[in-house]
Amino acid sequence: MKRIGIDVGGTNTDAVLLVDEKVVHSVKRPTTADITSGILDALKALRANPAAAIPVEAVVIGTTHFINAVVQRRHLQKVAAIRIGLPASASLPPFCDWPADLAAMVSGDIFMLEGGHDYDGRPFMPLDTAGLKAAARRIKDKGLHSVAVCSSFSPLDPSCETTAREILADICPDAAVTLSHDLGRIGLLERENAALLNAALNDLAVTTVAAFRKAIADSGLDAPLFLTQNDGTVMQAEIATAFPVMSFASGATNSMRGAAHLSGLADAMVVDVGGTTSDIGQLRHGFPREANAVVEVGGVRTLFRMPDLLSIGLGGGSHVEGTPIRVGPLSVGYRLTSEALVFGGTRVTATDIAVAAGLVDVGDRSRVASLPGTLIDAALADAKRKLEETIDRMKTEAGDVPLLAVGGGAFLVPERLPGVSEIVRVPHGDCANAVGAAIAQVSGEADQVFRELSRNEAIAAARSIAEDRAVQAGAARVSLKTIDVEDMPIAYLPGNALRVRVRVAGAIAEPALV
Amino acid sequence: MSERQLKDISLEEIEALAVGAWILGTGGGGSPYLGLLNLRRLYADGHRVQLMSPLDLDDDDWVAVVSNMGAPLVGQERLADSRSIARAVRMQEELNNIKFRAVMSVEIGGGNGMQALMAAAHLGIPVVDADCMGRAFPEAQMTSVAIGGLRPYPCTLYDPRGIEAVVTKVPSWKWMERASRKICVEMGSIASTSKAPRTGREVKDWGIHFTTTAAIRIGRVVEGANRRHEDPIAAMLASEGGKQLFTGKIVDVERRTTEGFLRGSATIEGSDGDRGDRLKLSFQNEWVVAWRNGEAIAMCPDLICVLDSVNGHAVGTETVRYGQRVTVVALPAPTVLTSARGLEFVGPRAFGYDLDFRSLFSPTEAGA
Repeated sequence: MKRIGIDVGGTNTDAVLLVDEKVVHSVKRPTTADITSGILDALKALRANPAAAIPVEAVVIGTTHFINAVVQRRHLQKVAAIRIGLPASASLPPFCDWPADLAAMVSGDIFMLEGGHDYDGRPFMPLDTAGLKAAARRIKDKGLHSVAVCSSFSPLDPSCETTAREILADICPDAAVTLSHDLGRIGLLERENAALLNAALNDLAVTTVAAFRKAIADSGLDAPLFLTQNDGTVMQAEIATAFPVMSFASGATNSMRGAAHLSGLADAMVVDVGGTTSDIGQLRHGFPREANAVVEVGGVRTLFRMPDLLSIGLGGGSHVEGTPIRVGPLSVGYRLTSEALVFGGTRVTATDIAVAAGLVDVGDRSRVASLPGTLIDAALADAKRKLEETIDRMKTEAGDVPLLAVGGGAFLVPERLPGVSEIVRVPHGDCANAVGAAIAQVSGEADQVFRELSRNEAIAAARSIAEDRAVQAGAARVSLKTIDVEDMPIAYLPGNALRVRVRVAGAIAEPALV
Repeated sequence: MSERQLKDISLEEIEALAVGAWILGTGGGGSPYLGLLNLRRLYADGHRVQLMSPLDLDDDDWVAVVSNMGAPLVGQERLADSRSIARAVRMQEELNNIKFRAVMSVEIGGGNGMQALMAAAHLGIPVVDADCMGRAFPEAQMTSVAIGGLRPYPCTLYDPRGIEAVVTKVPSWKWMERASRKICVEMGSIASTSKAPRTGREVKDWGIHFTTTAAIRIGRVVEGANRRHEDPIAAMLASEGGKQLFTGKIVDVERRTTEGFLRGSATIEGSDGDRGDRLKLSFQNEWVVAWRNGEAIAMCPDLICVLDSVNGHAVGTETVRYGQRVTVVALPAPTVLTSARGLEFVGPRAFGYDLDFRSLFSPTEAGA
């Protein structure tokens, strides 16, 4: 296996070359405003190393570009929302629980039509195909290029959504169409929100993935491109183009998976100290523990699988200021290399404190020689207090646990912390996120209600659906393993209704088969 | 003249009601979130809801008793719609040739705590500050009006695709539950219902009073403490005269459905002062019995509430998961539920536990 993993963070773009699961070389370059030239810089630097002058099987990129677009309200396009399921749910139309500014930016038009299914697979109402055709014509007339379709109980029976896609393809073939059942779960509003956000990112996904491809080609590589997704697994670039929302939380997940890989620890707390924030999470069986249910993205409730993380404003670029002295939450971000004292700037950052304290040796140490010892002690104490509090909040068991300290700012993690049995640092830990991207596997998920089946039969049926989806997404079938299974009997439904969720993951299939 | 007693409910109070009703749901009743979304939209469209004291009802007033019946999971795909619940109420008016003076929820706990307000917004009549459970329970006969022996029929059921049904007559509340549940299942396991209409006299005699106000108060106390970075659970217990039972981490959840109910248990491993102990919670849609190291320390109808240890929000029996950090508290049950006849309907034996009800809040316990 020869793979390049790239992580595009807010401050740095990291690239690593993995050969047979070992890090052969790693580089760190500043993230650029256009993202792609930073990737090209990192790739060129990586390829300059003789060890990297080999053909690679895959380039895997982890990026927060798409979630940042939602949070920062940039590069979003107008979307036509088609809800199928009337006459139920009519009082809560699409966008009803969105922040007003984001709804105004994204909502291009709303269509609510009859159709959909019941929990047991029966049609709820006959699908209003005439209404769908009328909607498609209006979408075409209004010049909308992206459509999100959500039908009630579509995870059980997607036929209303797929019929809608056929009609749209017929009448407005230029429009990109997101179907909610491709994004997941039972929960109409949250699934619809995911589809709407996805549709709003369509143009950005197309141009971003094309730019990633160009950067790879410009660096002289000829390898398939994958993007990492929220659960620490990957998808082919073509799929990522259609499903940008699936990459939303991949940065933090990658660093936790990378930390597990580099340390060989499958169960531990992880702190990833970047330039602006520290993310603290917990590894279980080598994967991040997931957040419980609904996750808000840019103020919108969705049902993505996201790692359960606490983020605090503490990183290498954090401002050091105030009385008493505080570290963060403001940060110089990607301007660290021009604004920090040790790099010739004028602002005292956490990196300057660490250099002055001898924790790390970067930049010009003489420029921090005059910082008073009381300031250094107070800043380090504040950083320690913040980490200690956050780690304690994320712990799910009593007793001391090992803590993996990774990321470019890991030098801010002290050698001892209460509640921590040992601080584990690993070679290449500053590029753990890129390592996590490089080792990522391909996954598939199913979430359905089964009736009149035994528990084992229902789980087996769900697993088979999840496996097919993983193979479709580029996994090698023989390598698939079940990551988690959850089953829940459903109250007030007849026929021993059981809702089963299964997730599987496996190795990327041979490039020839991709 | 009782008009002067009507009080406008603000949107801020409705937001608090959603938090408080979820806590009073004692793990069941479904999340009030979709009801809250409906009310936010109704308020944005200019609708307003007024709250009426049950004591201001005239004896011959008619009061509609509403609930959304069915599986919370189905409710996640067929979203609660204020017009549907209003239609179920109108069906009662047409059927009985009466005009309702006001509307009330069958249960204040969970999503149904919002249904009466949703109906009231469309119907232009007030909400009575009362319900028939003071919490949430799984079945129609587990109400104060059933304990009071009041007439259980007729019940209207409405499905938005145009199915309207009435259970005209039944011999008992249990039969009402069975007959209406069958219709509800055929409708797709969710239906808007309006229970047997109640007179003002009946609501004054048998309604559990001021529970809407209580839910709003609980939500305000919890959210206020959260804003001030104080302990929301301690604040709620002080406000409501509740008791903390246990704090720790969920280490096991076991669920099964029998006869359409979600039954099972959740086990909590103690932390802080409860370290070394275990609390097991048995549930049937709602939390029913709390067992500390095998001994029943709290039971239905006292309210057993599982709360997120950090923000004090309710944790439902459908959403409780391994690893959650929770604090279990008990709140006193309305007195009608703890009467000898009340315990026949909602005591531990009504849920299959051979336990004599012992309240954490009885006078003898209070001195201990």
